[in-house]
Amino acid sequence: MTKIESTILGHFGPYGGRFVPEALIGALEELEAAHNSALKDPVFQAELSHLHLTYTGRPSILTEAKRFAEHAGGARILLKREDLNHTGSHKINNVLGQALLTKRMGKKRIIAETGAGQHGVAAATAAALMGLECVVYMGEEDTRRQSLNVARMKILGAEVIPVTTGSRTLKDAINEAMRDWVTNVETTHYLLGTVAGPHPFPTMVRDFHKIIGEEAKIQVQELVGRLPDAVLACVGGGSNAIGIFHDFIPDTSVRLIGLEAGGDGVETGRHAATITGGSPGVLHGTRSYVLQDKNGQTVESHSISAGLDYPGVGPEHAYLHDIGRAEYRAITDAQAMHAFALLSKTEGIIPAIETAHALAGAIQVGNELGPDAILLINLSGRGDKDVETAAKYFGIQL
Amino acid sequence: MATSLDQLFAKVRAENRAALIAYIPAGFPSIEGCHKAIKALVAGGVDAIEIGFPYSDPVMDGPIIQAAAERSLSQGTGASDVFAALKCATDAGVSAVVMTYWNPIEKYGVDEFAQSISENGGSGVITPDLTIEESERWSEAAHAHKINRIYVVAPSTNDGRLEKVTSQCSGFVYVASLMGVTGTRTSISSGAGDLVARVRKVTDLPLAVGLGVSNRVQAKEVAHYADGVIVGSAFIKCLAEAEDEAQGLEAITELAKELSKGVREGR
Repeated sequence: MTKIESTILGHFGPYGGRFVPEALIGALEELEAAHNSALKDPVFQAELSHLHLTYTGRPSILTEAKRFAEHAGGARILLKREDLNHTGSHKINNVLGQALLTKRMGKKRIIAETGAGQHGVAAATAAALMGLECVVYMGEEDTRRQSLNVARMKILGAEVIPVTTGSRTLKDAINEAMRDWVTNVETTHYLLGTVAGPHPFPTMVRDFHKIIGEEAKIQVQELVGRLPDAVLACVGGGSNAIGIFHDFIPDTSVRLIGLEAGGDGVETGRHAATITGGSPGVLHGTRSYVLQDKNGQTVESHSISAGLDYPGVGPEHAYLHDIGRAEYRAITDAQAMHAFALLSKTEGIIPAIETAHALAGAIQVGNELGPDAILLINLSGRGDKDVETAAKYFGIQL
Repeated sequence: MATSLDQLFAKVRAENRAALIAYIPAGFPSIEGCHKAIKALVAGGVDAIEIGFPYSDPVMDGPIIQAAAERSLSQGTGASDVFAALKCATDAGVSAVVMTYWNPIEKYGVDEFAQSISENGGSGVITPDLTIEESERWSEAAHAHKINRIYVVAPSTNDGRLEKVTSQCSGFVYVASLMGVTGTRTSISSGAGDLVARVRKVTDLPLAVGLGVSNRVQAKEVAHYADGVIVGSAFIKCLAEAEDEAQGLEAITELAKELSKGVREGR
């Protein structure tokens, strides 16, 4: 049995840890203490559970995709419907937890980074619900790709700041959020949206998402009477994947498969498949796999999916990869868009393009394992935000 | 064995003044231009130079240094250029260190990096995002190659942690004058003096104050309580805004002269 626990310093084997300006240490220690005490506090846990029941819409349901399965070797395909959560993705699990922690620490302002805009929308939603000031940093390039989500955040009362430095995408939005945090750390909580960043973020964000796997494990066994053969999820930073993987880690009969964004193909260099095509390094406060050049400079990532377009990945994924507990594959833009269209046409569910990478992985793995296999896929987000990108991709006139 | 930097602080203490430390990214404004700028800074009287390793994700830096790093990287600046600039500074007769985010060190090889610093006459390295908890390999390498390890402390660093961080430092302690990123400020936070006083209680190491200093008056003010005054963005701004190279070099020499008067007027 493999048990993954981050130690006091938040290490996962050689990965994780804390690589940040000294100015942030106090805030990270405060956050770690707040999270640890909240974990043991029945009042906090009850409040979060109540929110999930009455606001998020948890537990999220399990949908069997029978018509889609015909294209996946006939394997049984079970979709964990995080897309049906309030705000349309798994991101709400983490933001509600961290927003409650923000209040617990007596802070009044949250900042967040966003790529596809899903985390930004979720953060703005939690801020509205709890009366917090909210500033979202978003790469200028992404504000164009995901203009609908920019409008949603503004309607929810958040301030959206387009980031014009570097590659103008998620990585640069994180840089800018960290600069804001260094300056305003006394009043501000940085509500990081994925399982990356300095300790305690990778552990804490995982703890808020592991409910996905805990629910799914029960639901799958109720439906089919046994554990699935494989659990699949897309991986950018890796929050939805760690969320569905975590409860299955001790169950070594269950393969854990992360699908990274292969962009134009890993061999072209234009991709965001950090574990598949990167090497160990430090980015945004944590040691993990990084897309980098020979001088340790971060290389720009490429993906049709803004939410996976990130040259780093959570340190727990790096560790799960190295010890062989989880496997990671790259899915190209074309493969993802094929799966996007297929799920829409066979099941009436338009997935997020991020999620479509996991579905493309299901087509591959289903064909490899055949009709006796049972695959659990985290349907991490809905695709409304991607309609414009998809229309352009498929040549649909708007 | 004392590094050149250790000797410098002993000297300025004897002269009852603060040292003037200039920061410039390698490869800025160009690979060659950086070497000229180093010589112009030395001509203006700086006591020591920090060579910045330009990095793609400089989370501690404000817009001026970000833009300089981007310009430098667009010209292909790499580790060899950083070490060449370091050697240029030490050849020009001043103490020199490298300031870098951690990942370029890890990618270069931790021990190899410390060795290259030493081989190029450098006194040490400032590592703004290396926490002491993650510093074991670096400590061993720096010790093996007899170079200084310089860490940053911030106004938010509590007294207990100040003691831990400074116990890992040598050469000097980099005291961040405020909570925020690099850049010029119209006034130096009053918190800087308070922080210096707190750090003095836990260490006898020289304390150099950075973040925000851009003119003679501010240099004088900081030199009153600190052993070193660090200026970065103000020099970079001169070079970035100059109409041509010659004008930029002249401007930084002039600014260095002014600042070097400031660090002698503080006490």
